[in-house]
Amino acid sequence: MFEHRMETMPPKELKELQLERLKATVRYCYENVPFYRKKFKEAQLRPEDIKSLDDLAKIPFTVKDDLRDHYPYGILAKPLKEVVRFHSSSGTTGIPTVVGYTKKDISTWAKIMARGLATAGVTGDDIVQVAYGYGLFTGGLGFHYGCEELGAATIPAGGGITPTKRQIQILKDMHSTVLCCTPSYALYLAEEAGKEGIEPERDFSLRIGIFGAEPWSEATRKKIERALDLRAHDVYGLSEIWGPGVGMECEAREGLHVWSDHFIMEVIDPESGEVLEPGEKGELVFTTLTREAMPLLRYRSRDISVVDEEPCSCGRTHPRMLRVLGRSDDMLIIRGVNVFPSQVEHVLMRIPGIGDSYQIIVDRDILDVLRVRVEVTPEMFSDKLAELEALRRRVEEELAAVLSVSARVELVEPGTIPRTPGKAQRVVDLRKGKI
Amino acid sequence: MVVEQVSVFVENKPGRLSKVTRILGEAGINIRALSIAELGEFGVIRLVVDRPHEAKAVLSNSGFTVGINRVLAIEMGDEPGSLAKIASVLGDAGVNIDYAYAFIARAREKAVLIARVDDIKRAEEVLSSEGIGLLSAEELEDL
Repeated sequence: MFEHRMETMPPKELKELQLERLKATVRYCYENVPFYRKKFKEAQLRPEDIKSLDDLAKIPFTVKDDLRDHYPYGILAKPLKEVVRFHSSSGTTGIPTVVGYTKKDISTWAKIMARGLATAGVTGDDIVQVAYGYGLFTGGLGFHYGCEELGAATIPAGGGITPTKRQIQILKDMHSTVLCCTPSYALYLAEEAGKEGIEPERDFSLRIGIFGAEPWSEATRKKIERALDLRAHDVYGLSEIWGPGVGMECEAREGLHVWSDHFIMEVIDPESGEVLEPGEKGELVFTTLTREAMPLLRYRSRDISVVDEEPCSCGRTHPRMLRVLGRSDDMLIIRGVNVFPSQVEHVLMRIPGIGDSYQIIVDRDILDVLRVRVEVTPEMFSDKLAELEALRRRVEEELAAVLSVSARVELVEPGTIPRTPGKAQRVVDLRKGKI
Repeated sequence: MVVEQVSVFVENKPGRLSKVTRILGEAGINIRALSIAELGEFGVIRLVVDRPHEAKAVLSNSGFTVGINRVLAIEMGDEPGSLAKIASVLGDAGVNIDYAYAFIARAREKAVLIARVDDIKRAEEVLSSEGIGLLSAEELEDL
C-alpha cells in the first residue's frame, strides 16, 4: 500500500478525521466563495451548524449548472495568482466547466492517484503507458503525475495524439507493463495489434490495465483481459473533482475504494434528494475535504451506483462504490422501481448473439409495462420453437431478477429496431401524456 | 442420408410468408416442402428447397435470420398406417422427433415425411433395418 496507515485506518477514526475536515471545508467555502455564502444564507445555515457528519444533509447540493453559471472563475476559493493549472470539460450543452488547481491541489491529486495506482497493483518498478488524452481533459495528466509520484517509469503516450501504430510499437519495444486508457481504446488497440500479427502473450509485457472515463461492463472486462493478456481494473473520477482517482478497484475487484480522507461519498435518491443507506442504489454525491482552489460541497455526480461499507478482503477500510450503473438522467421509473437501461444491457450481454440489437420500450396499460425487443441473430436462432421460447423466457427471468420488476421480452426480426447514425435509440418511453 | 432444411425466423404478422416465398421465387429457388410453426408473437418457417445454401444467402441478404439444419426425408407408402409404423420404429429405438411435416409425392405414389430428430445416426440405422427408405437431396428434386 502507498499510505498504509491512512488506507487501513479504523472506520471510526476515519469518520473523526472526516468530520474535522468537513467543518474546516465548510467554513473555508463560506468565507472564500460568495456562491456558497449565498447558498448557506438562503438555506438559513451557518458553518457552525455542521456539528456531525449527519449534519452534512442540511447543506444544499451543488450541481453542474452551478459551475456553468459561474463560468469561468466564479467558484474559485483562491485568487487566480495561486492557481497553477486549469482543466476544462466541454459537455454537450455548450458552456464548459472550468476547474482550477493550486500547487498543493496538484500534489494532493498526484498522491491520490499514486495511492490508487498502488491499489490496482502498480509499483515503482512498472513501466506505465498512459494513453489517456493529455490536455484540457484530466485523464492524461492525472495519471501521469500519479505514476511519477509512485516512482513508475511513465510514458506519456497520450491517446488521440500518438497514432495507434506507435502505441503498439511502444507496448512492444518498451515492454510497458501497465496500460492506462479508455476501455474502448483498449479494445481498439487489441484489434489493431491483432491485424499486425501481434500476439499479446508473446509480444507484449502487460500485466495490469486501468480503464475508465466511460461506462463499461464485466463482459468488456473479460474481452479486454483476453485480448491483451492483462488484469483490468476500473477507475472512477469526475473532472469537477480533480479528475481520475476518486475511486479505484483493488485486487479484490469488488467495487472501487473511494478515499474517505479526501472525500465524503453519499448516495441519494435522484428524485427526492433524500440520503439513502449503504447498499441502496442511487446517485453518488461527493464533498471534497482537501481541495484548495475549488472545494465542492455535496456535488451531484449524476452517476448511479451502490455504496458498500463492508470490510474489503484487501484490508483497506475505505468504502467502495460499485461499478457505475448509469446516469441519473437515463433513469426510468417503472411501477415505482428505478430501472437503468445499462442494467438491461448487462443482462443481454450475457446472452450469446445479442449485440447492440435491442430496444427498451416503456408503455402504460393500467400499470407501466416494460418491453425489451431483441433482434434474433443467427447465433441465437434455433429452428426449434421450444429453444427460442426457452431463450426468451431465460432473458425475462434474468431481467426480472436484476431489475426487481418484470419485463416482457419480444423476439423480433433483424432490422426491426430503427438505427440512427451514431447512437441507436435504445429507450422509447411511450408513457408521456398518459396518466 | 440427410437433407438440408432452411429455417427462417419470422414475426407472427401479415405478409411475412409472402415476403419469404417471393424472395425465393425471384431467385428461382423451388420449394419442395414447407411448414410454419408459430408461438405467440413469433414463428419459424421451415423449408426444403432445391438449393438450400443459395436460399439462405438470398434470405440473409434481405435481412432475415436463417439457419440450415439436417433433417431426414423418410419415404413412406401413401396408405393407412405407414406414418404410424415410422413413428413406432423411431420411438422404440428411443429416437425423439423434434418436429415433422409430410407431403405427398404423386410421381412416386409415395409420401415423404420430413423429420428433425435428436439422433440422426440412430434413426438412419433403425429405419434402414426396417426397410424404410430415406431420400437424398437429389431424389427429393426428382419427386
